[in-house]
Amino acid sequence: MDWQGQKLAEQLMQILLLAFAVVAFATGYISGSFQMMVLIYAVGVVLTTLVTVPNWPFFNRHPLKWLDPSEAEKHPKPQEAVSAKKKPAKNSSTPTQEAS
Amino acid sequence: MHSFGYRANALLTFAVTILALMCAMASISDNFNHPSPSAHVEVLNINWFQKQSKGNDEVSMQLNISADLQSLFTWNTKQVFVFVAAEYETPKNSLNQISLWDGIIPSREHAKFWIHTSNKYHFIDQGSNLRGKEFNLTLHWHVMPKTGKMFADKIVMSGYRLPEEYR
Repeated sequence: MDWQGQKLAEQLMQILLLAFAVVAFATGYISGSFQMMVLIYAVGVVLTTLVTVPNWPFFNRHPLKWLDPSEAEKHPKPQEAVSAKKKPAKNSSTPTQEAS
Repeated sequence: MHSFGYRANALLTFAVTILALMCAMASISDNFNHPSPSAHVEVLNINWFQKQSKGNDEVSMQLNISADLQSLFTWNTKQVFVFVAAEYETPKNSLNQISLWDGIIPSREHAKFWIHTSNKYHFIDQGSNLRGKEFNLTLHWHVMPKTGKMFADKIVMSGYRLPEEYR
């Protein structure tokens, strides 16, 4: 699931659940049946689960566009200064390993 | 929202939160119901009236109870518990309540009833105060909702005077 898909899934989940809750409460209150309200809401929760929980293809319509590996070769990271500082630390640990 | 488990967890949490909210609203909606119940309890006959060996007065009587409690039922009502109590005053206690009969009404269809019965529970005074005593008959009810707040109320009805002599 891509970034846009995640946002869509969350919004869909909240809107669907709220809509089903409103419909369920209204129907239950008007028909005077608490059982009806719970039943409609249960169906709504199951439907929302089916829509938003599995990784459906429509959540993957905006894939990340990674740079081509050749781009990285053209612009190598300036790592010289960092690796130079790390090396002495590694060297200091090696003698103890040799001693043991 | 990045994984199956995370989405399932978020959905379940939100769904249960909304369900709790709906239950709270259902309980609040009970306040819009203004019931107008009616009841009538009549003492038809005193079966016997005696002093127990321990010294307490005991009465057995025939009761005729009729009530229409249909307006107490809303969409959020599980059942209604109803009981008839005799209430009277003695020198020692300003209020004595003795339950004579009770019942559970499971639905609106059973809320309009008429029953002819002797007192289900013993009418015993803690002492010897019942001769010539006038008592009120009171119909109490407790509305038990499916979710939320419980309601209770009562109707006080005209009284009855017990005879001056044991019989």
